[in-house]
Amino acid sequence: MNRQLLRKSEELFYKVLMIISTVIIIIALLAIIISILVKGMPSLSWSMITQTPKGGYYFGKEGGILNAIIGSLYLSGGATLLALAVSLPLALYMNVHKLKQKNVVNFIRFFLDLLWGVPSIVYGAFGFTLMVFLGLRTSLLAGILTVALFIIPIMVRSMDEVLKTVPKGLLESAFSLGSTRSETAFRVMLRQCIPGITTAILLAFGRAIGDAAAVLFTAGYTDYIPTSLSQPTATLPLSVFFQLSSPIPEVQNRAYASAVVLTVIVLIISIASRGFSMKYQKN
Amino acid sequence: MKCCYILVIAMPFILLIGLLIKSSLLFGEKSLTELIFSSEWKPMSGKFGFLPFIISSLWVTFISIIIAAPICLLTAIYLTQYARRVVLKIMQPVIDILAGIPSVIYGVWGIIIIVPFVSKVAGWFNVHSSGYSILAGAVVLAVMIIPFILNILIEVYRTIPIELSEASLSLGATKWETIKKVLTRKAFPGIISSFGLGVSRAFGETIAVLMVVGNVVQIPSGIFQAGYPLPALIANNYGEMLSIPMYDSALMLAALILFIVVTIFNMGSRYIIIHYEKNI
Repeated sequence: MNRQLLRKSEELFYKVLMIISTVIIIIALLAIIISILVKGMPSLSWSMITQTPKGGYYFGKEGGILNAIIGSLYLSGGATLLALAVSLPLALYMNVHKLKQKNVVNFIRFFLDLLWGVPSIVYGAFGFTLMVFLGLRTSLLAGILTVALFIIPIMVRSMDEVLKTVPKGLLESAFSLGSTRSETAFRVMLRQCIPGITTAILLAFGRAIGDAAAVLFTAGYTDYIPTSLSQPTATLPLSVFFQLSSPIPEVQNRAYASAVVLTVIVLIISIASRGFSMKYQKN
Repeated sequence: MKCCYILVIAMPFILLIGLLIKSSLLFGEKSLTELIFSSEWKPMSGKFGFLPFIISSLWVTFISIIIAAPICLLTAIYLTQYARRVVLKIMQPVIDILAGIPSVIYGVWGIIIIVPFVSKVAGWFNVHSSGYSILAGAVVLAVMIIPFILNILIEVYRTIPIELSEASLSLGATKWETIKKVLTRKAFPGIISSFGLGVSRAFGETIAVLMVVGNVVQIPSGIFQAGYPLPALIANNYGEMLSIPMYDSALMLAALILFIVVTIFNMGSRYIIIHYEKNI
């Protein structure tokens, strides 16, 4: 009887601990979002997101962070496109051409996972070295190259996860109708997986827009909206970071407001990608 | 398609070789043991001791994993074994959003909430601390790696065949006993490798940690003291490094150390996972 009670109470004890840790995670997320909103909302104004910094902006005068918003969109958009050009063929190659050679596919997956694990600051340092080597200066182009390197493994692996789930029968019927492997890849597989692939692209875009360490060395920082690839560009994470290290309270408050802008962008991307992946699951 | 394939396979080696070449300048002057075990960091007079940075990195990573590991393990067990499907449906977006929040936002959150809190906690122990400390860095880092570890753990517990727990339950074990003695034992390699991947993620995280850890070059003697992890060292000095070749080389060596440590942890964990999947 006593032993029975002990067994039951041990289970109860751990169950309470489990619920507590689950709640901790939910609270952590809420705490992050609420604290950012509470700190940032008061200083967020229309002019902040529609103007570039004016003279004396960094001393608390007028202006906004449009340069960083547009810069971030350019940078992550460019990097996502570049990464897509490498990732999509590779993911299809792994799941159509090398379908029978499990060892090759697992080998590539292993390398992709290794690359995914490399910290973005290492990509940043490497990108900087590459930039000097190629004779580039800190610019949109150098930033795009570095960030693309950083998000390629993320993109390929997420696409791979989607393509993996396509039933073999679909491929076999395409082959039996006489289509080549590449035709099957681009006409059948791609069409079948468009929502899933869109999710993968959005995920990579979200990563690109939020990362600061990779662009710290390579993209530079400027108050202007870049008009060509060879110009430096501001990015949102860095604008939060730089404004927050200012000793002037107004500038610090704007850092919090910029953090709100970044959080909202990332949340929108997250919700959109969730929508696409739900659509995919229905199919 | 072949080109993309080759690019991915070659990339880790290109990274390694690029960083090696850049840091070779420093190797020419000093031995590796001298660099790693010396604690004197005076770039202007050519003294590069990495010990304070390595110790800080180890402290921050270690404490963050100590905080994150039990939370992830308990939550993963709860979500896969006890909770209703609805709970998992609610938690999945929570985990995804946490995983997607940029590190600079974690840093801002750390400054708003964690740093003052740590300062207060230090007061309870009669330690004076600004709050910008190893502990603050570790807490922020813990929250950052939780979604990462948790996702892997949920997957690990899901792949265990249901027959195993059915057999155990039919022999009269309670649900908790089954989880403790059968499932967790079966999942053990997966659990260890998820923590290994968490360590590698934590070791290289830059901006969030940099913002709350204090950045004082010293060997920290307590968790309420400021530290200066390796990624922060690289990020903070990128501007001035170009003027002195040795300094440039030293920062690339820091990146190289990061790359090697993280890759070793990654490879080890992946190796365990691959073996584990074969045994199921």
